[in-house]
Amino acid sequence: MIIEYLSWFCLVSGGLLGIIGGIGMHRFPDFYSRLHAAGTTDTLCAALFLIGLGLQSGFTLASFKLFLIFAFIFFTSPTASHSLANAAMLGGLQPKVENDA
Amino acid sequence: MRTLFVAVLIFAFWILLSGHTGLLLLSLGIFSTLLTVFLGHRMRLIDRESYPIEKLPKLFRYYFFLGKEIIMANMDVIKRILKPGKSISPKVIDLTANQPSNLGKVIYANSITLTPGTVTMDVKADQLKVHALSKEAADDLASGRMAKVIHNSKADSS
Amino acid sequence: MMYAVAAIAILITLALALARALLGPTVYDRIAAVNMFGTKTVLLIAVFASMSDRSDLLDIALVYALINFIGVVAVLKLVEHGNFFTEGKTADEGSEE
Repeated sequence: MIIEYLSWFCLVSGGLLGIIGGIGMHRFPDFYSRLHAAGTTDTLCAALFLIGLGLQSGFTLASFKLFLIFAFIFFTSPTASHSLANAAMLGGLQPKVENDA
Repeated sequence: MRTLFVAVLIFAFWILLSGHTGLLLLSLGIFSTLLTVFLGHRMRLIDRESYPIEKLPKLFRYYFFLGKEIIMANMDVIKRILKPGKSISPKVIDLTANQPSNLGKVIYANSITLTPGTVTMDVKADQLKVHALSKEAADDLASGRMAKVIHNSKADSS
Repeated sequence: MMYAVAAIAILITLALALARALLGPTVYDRIAAVNMFGTKTVLLIAVFASMSDRSDLLDIALVYALINFIGVVAVLKLVEHGNFFTEGKTADEGSEE
């Protein structure tokens, strides 16, 4: 019963996080800040979803595979973010920077 | 020793992914494990840097800190997305990575990217160029708190 | 029920990411959106696997997660260099490791 509530909580908050990240992709003014919004959803949202699903399937092969998916996302997401930012910088895209007043 | 560890790791991975326990399939799994290890050995992939097995316990301790940090930073970014009006003040700052080993630098740069609100844009020697979503996140990084934790957990020593 | 809610939330996110991929002023915006789209697709497959109780679909999600990453990096290389086989120019990539 408690597990049921916990996985409800994880799935719903993960979904909300994803939607917020999607909104962030539209609200922020330039590419680099959008990348932050995308990064947000990639890490915690994926973690919450997979924890929620793992709680449902219990201690089985399926939850191990869920854990593997999480591990791959966890390791590849910062690499993808970094190479995106690096490529954009090498491509000459200037970030909008706010100077201290 | 390290090769043996890698072989056991790959075979465990194979079993967990396939879930088969038949004799034929198991022997095929052992064969593919040996082939993979042989190829990895020939390509000199199995060395101290790729498989730092001595550091695993220290790395796990660091992951706890990282998880907490990711959740805190996520909350911050969510607040900024939902706050009406102008909520962000992007900044680009330069940091010096003072980790002694390459692995330590990679861990530091990846941790910066992984915590939302900061992205490592460029790594040259030990100079990191970091884009931060807000002034607070930039100041937090500049204070060197994360670097200190990485140093304390000794995940970076080679 | 729980899975349906999760799947709908992912679908909304997918729509938002797709809109950004179509609108995005620079090519990097589009790639970031496609990367996000791919990650969310992996999650959608995982949710669907639990929903229909077919855990073999998780293998597909696993493969999708890897291919998504490789695809994004490959597209980035293509954007950066114009083609995949530029000699000499790719040397600065190797020094980052």
